[in-house]
Amino acid sequence: MLETKDILETINMIDNDHLDVRTITMGISLLDCMDEDIDKACGKVYDKICRYAQDLVKTGEDIEREYGIPIINKRISVSPIGMIAAPCQSRNVVKFAKALDKAADNLGVNFIGGYSALVQKGFSAGDYALIESIPEALSVTEKVCSSVNIGSTKAGLNMDAVKMMGEIVKKSAEKTADRDCIGAAKLVVFCNAPEDNPFMAGAFHGVGEADCVINVGVSGPGVVRAALAKNGNGKSIDEIADMVKKTAFKITRMGQLVAKQASKRLCVPFGIVDLSLAPTPAVGDSVAYILEEMGLESCGCHGTTAALALLNDAVKKGGVMASSHVGGLSGAFIPVSEDAGMIAAAKKGTLDITKLECMTAVCSVGLDMIVVPGDITSEKISAIIADEAAIGMVNSKTTAVRLIPAIGKKAGEELSFGGLLGSGPVMPVRDGDPSVFINRGGRLPAPLQSLKN
Amino acid sequence: MKAIITVIGKDSVGILSKVSSACAEADVNIIEVTQSVLQDMFAMVMLVEIDKSTLGFDALSEKLEKVGEESNTKIHIMHEDIFNSMHKI
Repeated sequence: MLETKDILETINMIDNDHLDVRTITMGISLLDCMDEDIDKACGKVYDKICRYAQDLVKTGEDIEREYGIPIINKRISVSPIGMIAAPCQSRNVVKFAKALDKAADNLGVNFIGGYSALVQKGFSAGDYALIESIPEALSVTEKVCSSVNIGSTKAGLNMDAVKMMGEIVKKSAEKTADRDCIGAAKLVVFCNAPEDNPFMAGAFHGVGEADCVINVGVSGPGVVRAALAKNGNGKSIDEIADMVKKTAFKITRMGQLVAKQASKRLCVPFGIVDLSLAPTPAVGDSVAYILEEMGLESCGCHGTTAALALLNDAVKKGGVMASSHVGGLSGAFIPVSEDAGMIAAAKKGTLDITKLECMTAVCSVGLDMIVVPGDITSEKISAIIADEAAIGMVNSKTTAVRLIPAIGKKAGEELSFGGLLGSGPVMPVRDGDPSVFINRGGRLPAPLQSLKN
Repeated sequence: MKAIITVIGKDSVGILSKVSSACAEADVNIIEVTQSVLQDMFAMVMLVEIDKSTLGFDALSEKLEKVGEESNTKIHIMHEDIFNSMHKI
């Protein structure tokens, strides 16, 4: 029989330390839904999603009850709509966003991702119209999430797309200024976007994926923090890394079990488990608090990057043995507005956008859920995107930017999105105008690391 | 299917009897019980067989939760695989 202490440890993790499965995400390919007639294509998209995911929410809830593990979100990711919209004669791509939103509503899922375009090397038919339509699509829908991949280690950075995305991010915020600029919170700009990511807002179903697949994203910063708080006192860094690894192993095993069960019950192949420490705004479920538990006075102070590097690496090492297939973003997330410790550090001023950029070099994702002043120029947003993408490109890793320009607000004020998206203080950005650099356009060449063959 | 029932809370007279009666009423067979009392805190773990249960998993879970509320304890019932996968390699 199992040991009582192990059983009680699990119960304690769930009851007190916010252990949960963040999301079961069903990836659905829409490649067979293309049509010259946009209305027909949208009809096919709606029908296919509703047919494939009809039991997703119920199955998630059944597993949640039977295993006693909270499964916070049930989501869907679809093939990049830029590609699906390519053959359509009409350029009114927003119709696809509405079809996705309607399907998500009908199925009761929390988010649907894939209003996306992959333009790391250039724009193909459909991509340009899709990107142009993003601000409107995000303002007229509730659950649709959008992402654009503007660079990769192999292709370099598409600086025309970088320039365009600065404008799109700003417009998305402006169009939803009456709703705390929520549009921009549902839009991610990627470099090296993973094709099997279950996390929003950046999830889409890659073209190399199967017709339908189940991916699971775990969570658990609260559990890691609690383990360090309980046993970490006076321990060396090696021992801290070991504790993180062991905890990550347990969290991931739970994710693997849920993924296997969901895959079996839905008769859909299992894709990957994403080993991410995804924080929530709930106090105690914060990545920043883990770093502080390691011995930093406040997240953002000197030493933060090293502590985060340790955390990110130990999570992967612990998790990788616990799952048969690992993928997605896998690492520690540092979304400012979704993490109580990050919010506190940003308000105190110990955490600023420069330090965050530095931290993204050693963890997964990037500049995530950062609220910036509403009067920021689109060129400056583009320049932030370019900086972040360059880190991803050179280091062969995923980086992303999800900035929310707080229209009408200045540094020190606050935006509140509610739910998992949380709330964040407006953080100042650096002075100086990068517009000549951004307006040059063209392609930033791929680095030497791309020549591996 | 085997499940694990955990009862955690302040120790009081008759907790074991209340939980086992609830199990018996639902035709849930108790295979193994371990319990410990640390200071005032009572922790009981039961391995049960629920294949012949007259109640569905949801109803059984609700029934046990109610017993928990009445006796001021927190009662969970969870599939045993969750513990096996987390704590055994």
